[in-house]
Amino acid sequence: MSKFSLKINGNTQVVDVDDNTPMLWVLRDHLKLVGTKYGCGIAQCGACTVHLGDNAVRSCQIPVSSVGDQEITTIEGLSENGEHPVQQAWLEVDVPQCGYCQAGQIMSASALLKRNPSPSDAEIEAAMNGNICRCGTYTRIKKAIKTAATATENA
Amino acid sequence: MTTAKTKIGRRSFIKRSSLAGGGIMLSFNWLASCKMSPEEVSQLPEEWFKINGYLKIADNGQVTILSPNPEGGQNIKTSMPMIVADELDVDWKNVIVEQAPLDTNAFSFQFLGGSQSIRRGWEGLRMAGASAKAMLIAAAAKEWRVPSDEISTSAGILQHKASDRSATYGEMASAAATMKVPEEIQLKDIKDFTIIGTSQKNVDGHKIVTGQPLFGVDTFREGMLTAMIVHPPAFGLKLKSIDDSEAKKMPGIKDVFTIKVFNDGYEKAFFDTRTFNEVAVIVGNSTWEVMQAKKALKIECEPIESSTESRDRFGRKWEEHTPSGLESTTNHYAQMEALASNTATVKRKDGNPEAAFKNAERVIEATYTAPFLAHNCMEPMNFFADVTDEKAELIGPLQKPELTEQTLSARLGMPIENIDIQMTRLGGGYGRRSYAHWLVEAALISQKMKAPVKLVYSREDDMTDGIYRPSYRATYRAGVDKDNKLVAFHVRTGGIPQSPLHQNRFPAGTVENYLAEDWTIDSNLTVGSFRAPSSNFIACAEQSFLDEVAEAVGKDPIDFRLELLERAKNNPVGEENDYDPERYAGVLKLVKEKSGWENKEDGVSRGVAAYFCHNSYAAQVLDLKWENNKPIIDKVTCAVDCGIVVNPDAATNLAEGGIVDGIGNALYGEITFRDGVPDQNNFDTYRMIRMREAPKKIDVHFVESDVSPTGLGEPTFPPIFAAIANAMYKATGKRHYRQPFLKDRELLG
Repeated sequence: MSKFSLKINGNTQVVDVDDNTPMLWVLRDHLKLVGTKYGCGIAQCGACTVHLGDNAVRSCQIPVSSVGDQEITTIEGLSENGEHPVQQAWLEVDVPQCGYCQAGQIMSASALLKRNPSPSDAEIEAAMNGNICRCGTYTRIKKAIKTAATATENA
Repeated sequence: MTTAKTKIGRRSFIKRSSLAGGGIMLSFNWLASCKMSPEEVSQLPEEWFKINGYLKIADNGQVTILSPNPEGGQNIKTSMPMIVADELDVDWKNVIVEQAPLDTNAFSFQFLGGSQSIRRGWEGLRMAGASAKAMLIAAAAKEWRVPSDEISTSAGILQHKASDRSATYGEMASAAATMKVPEEIQLKDIKDFTIIGTSQKNVDGHKIVTGQPLFGVDTFREGMLTAMIVHPPAFGLKLKSIDDSEAKKMPGIKDVFTIKVFNDGYEKAFFDTRTFNEVAVIVGNSTWEVMQAKKALKIECEPIESSTESRDRFGRKWEEHTPSGLESTTNHYAQMEALASNTATVKRKDGNPEAAFKNAERVIEATYTAPFLAHNCMEPMNFFADVTDEKAELIGPLQKPELTEQTLSARLGMPIENIDIQMTRLGGGYGRRSYAHWLVEAALISQKMKAPVKLVYSREDDMTDGIYRPSYRATYRAGVDKDNKLVAFHVRTGGIPQSPLHQNRFPAGTVENYLAEDWTIDSNLTVGSFRAPSSNFIACAEQSFLDEVAEAVGKDPIDFRLELLERAKNNPVGEENDYDPERYAGVLKLVKEKSGWENKEDGVSRGVAAYFCHNSYAAQVLDLKWENNKPIIDKVTCAVDCGIVVNPDAATNLAEGGIVDGIGNALYGEITFRDGVPDQNNFDTYRMIRMREAPKKIDVHFVESDVSPTGLGEPTFPPIFAAIANAMYKATGKRHYRQPFLKDRELLG
C-alpha cells in the first residue's frame, strides 16, 4: 500500500492503495466517483474511459502508480452540471437506452472533439471503435457527436 | 370517452396511508442530486398529498408519478408516467418521475420482459391518472358546491366556467386526498391525448450524461464489503473442494467460503435457473483486492451426475433433465443433425403434406443453424444485500422482482414482508436479469458476513455462467406446383435444449398442406430468455427461407409475402393462426413505400424481412454495399405496428436498438464450447457490434393506429437477422444458413 496524491477533476485527492490498483477501481471504490464504469477490465469495451490530460484512456488499464501529476478528468468533472456541448448534444439527441456505457462514450467523444473539432464520419467511427454500446445506440451517438461539433463551431 | 370500472386494477387505487385532512410529507431525495437556483428552492413544495399508489400532488401543483416497472433501457420510466400524466391532465413539465418500490399490493405487474410493460400497464396507468383527476374534480365540486360534470380540467387547472372559478391541482390536492376512490371513471378519447403521442426526453437523461449513481453496481453503504464468486470452469462440473490458504492471506480479504444458492430438495420456479448451484465466494474490502484473491483461490471440481429435477412453471410442473458429461459445440451440431433427420413431434398438420410434397413439381429445402448466445449486459451481474436476522434489504438491477422476492423468501426462510427489494436502473437486461440467482447469492453472503455486501461478477464470470440463448436448427421445405404456387410447407426444428417452433405463426394459415414438428436435445448448459426468445432464431430461418422460395418461383419477395397474407385474410387454412394478416401486410406495404423498394440505387444490395412476435409487427428493408469482403450497411428502413405509440422518439430509439443488436448478433454473436469450457469469456474473444458496423442510417416508421399499445423491446430484433442475410445474398450470391454469418475472428479492426 502506498499513498498517492492524484489530480482529479481539478481537485487533489489522496488515496492509500496498492501500486497496481487500476484507476478504475481507485475512482469507483475509493473515491466513489462511480460515473466511470466497469465493463470488461481488459480495455475492450470503453465503459471506463476517462481523460488523462487531453487523451481518452481506459482507466481499467492505468495503474494508480503510473499517473503521477497528470490531470485526470472523469464524467463527473467534464462540466459543472452537464453543460459540456457533448453532454448537451447527448440530451438533445436523447441518446441513451440503458445508459451504462454512455459516460465512457461521452468521454471518448469529448476527447475526439478537443483534438478534432469537426470530425468526418470515418474519423468518428475510428475514435469511437473502442466503445461498445450493447443497446445499439450507435447511430444516435454519431448524430450527437456531429451536433456537438456544430454547436462548438458556432459558439 | 370510455368509461372503465376501476375494480380491474382496484388494488392499485386503494389509498394505503391515512391521509385524513393533513396529507403526508414525503422525501425530497429526488432533489438531492440536482443543483437548484434560489428561485427553484423558493418554489419547493411544502407538502405532498398522495392521491393513489401511482401519484402524489404537491401544494404547488407539482406531480410525482411513480414508474412501476424496472427500467432497462426501454425508456418506460418516461413512457409509463406519461400515460398517467395524460389522463390526469397535467403539464408534463410539472411532473417528477420516481422509480416505484416493489409493492405487490399497489402495483399489479412489476415485471420487465416479453415487451409487456406498456401493453399490460396501459389500462392501469390510465386509470391511475383518470381516477386521481376524478378525485380532484370531486374535491372542487364539493368546495364550490357545483356538479362535478360542470368542472373541466386542463394542464393542472380545475375550472368551473359558469361561476368563473378555478383552482390549481396543488390547491385542491389536500382535499382530493380525502375523496373516495371512484367506482367508475371516464378515460379520455384517443383524440384528446395531449402527452401520449408526443416525444418526451428520457427522465434520467441528465443523470446518465453527468455520471450520477443510477445503477445497482453504483451502490455503496457505510461498512459495505465487496464479494465475487468463483464457479467451476466448465459446464458438467461441480465444486468438490476449495483451497483458500493463499487467497485468505491476500490484502483486504475478509473471508472465503462456499454457498449453495438453492437448498437440496427445493423445487425451483421458472426463473430459478442456476448453472452452478454451489460457488466459492471471496469477500474483501474492495473490488480490486477481491479480484486478486480470486486468482489465488484454488478450486477442485468433479463431474456432475445426470439428474432429473421437478420444476414449477407458474403452477405447471415439468421435469428438467440434466445430462452429465463435458459438451462441445462440434458435438452439438452433430447431435442436432442426427436427431433432426430422425424423430420429431408433430405440432400442427393441415391437409395432406406428404402427398402434396410427393406431387409437387419442385421442392425447395434449406437448413439453418444458430449458436448459443451470451447476453453480455454492459453492467455485469451484481446486487447489494444487507441481511440481518430480522430483515433483508436488497438493492440492484433485476427484471422479475415479484418472483425473485418469493425465491429469496423461500431460501432465507424469511417472510416476504421482511424483505425489501429496491430496483435500480438496469445496465441492460435482455432477459438475463430475469434469472436473479445473484440476488440470492448476495443475500446469503451478507447473512454469513453479518454486514452489507455488494456482489459483483467479473465480465468473465458473467459470460461463462450460462443462461444462454439456446442453440437451434431448422429445416424448411416448400413444395410448388407447375404454376409456381406454394402447395406444401414443412418446418422441422429444434434446439439444445429448447425448441424455437411457433407452429401457428405465419406462414401457417396460408398453405393448404402444412406440417410443423419439433424436437429437443438435453444439455447441461443452462439457457434462458434472450431478447425475443425463440423468435430471435426462427424468424431468421423462416424469413430467409421465404426469400429463397420467392426467388425460386420468380416473385418479388414482398409481393410473394403479400399474396400469402391475402390468402390468410380471405380464406385462412386452419382456425388457429397467431397473427392478423392485415396488420402483417400493413407493415410490409409501409416498408415497401418508405424504403423506395421499387427504386433501388445502383450498387446497393437489398434484403427484406418481416415478423410478428410479442404482439407487434415489424418489417425491415436493409441496404448494404459489399466492400473488402464485408457488408457496409447504408440504411435500414423499418415499419412497425405496435398500436398507439406513447413516446415516438423513445420508441424509435428502441426500434433502432433492436436493429443494431440484431445485426451484431447475426453477423458476429456466438459462444462455443470445448469439453464444457466456453471459448469466449470477454470482449476480446466475444465479438460485439461496433459503431462502424452499425447502419449509417435507420429510418423507423410507425403505422398510425388507435389500437391499445403493444410492446417494442423485442419485435424489431428478430426480422433484421433475415433482412441482412437476404441482402448479403444479393451482394454475394451466397445464401447464409449458419449464424454467425461473418466467421472471421477479426476483433477490433
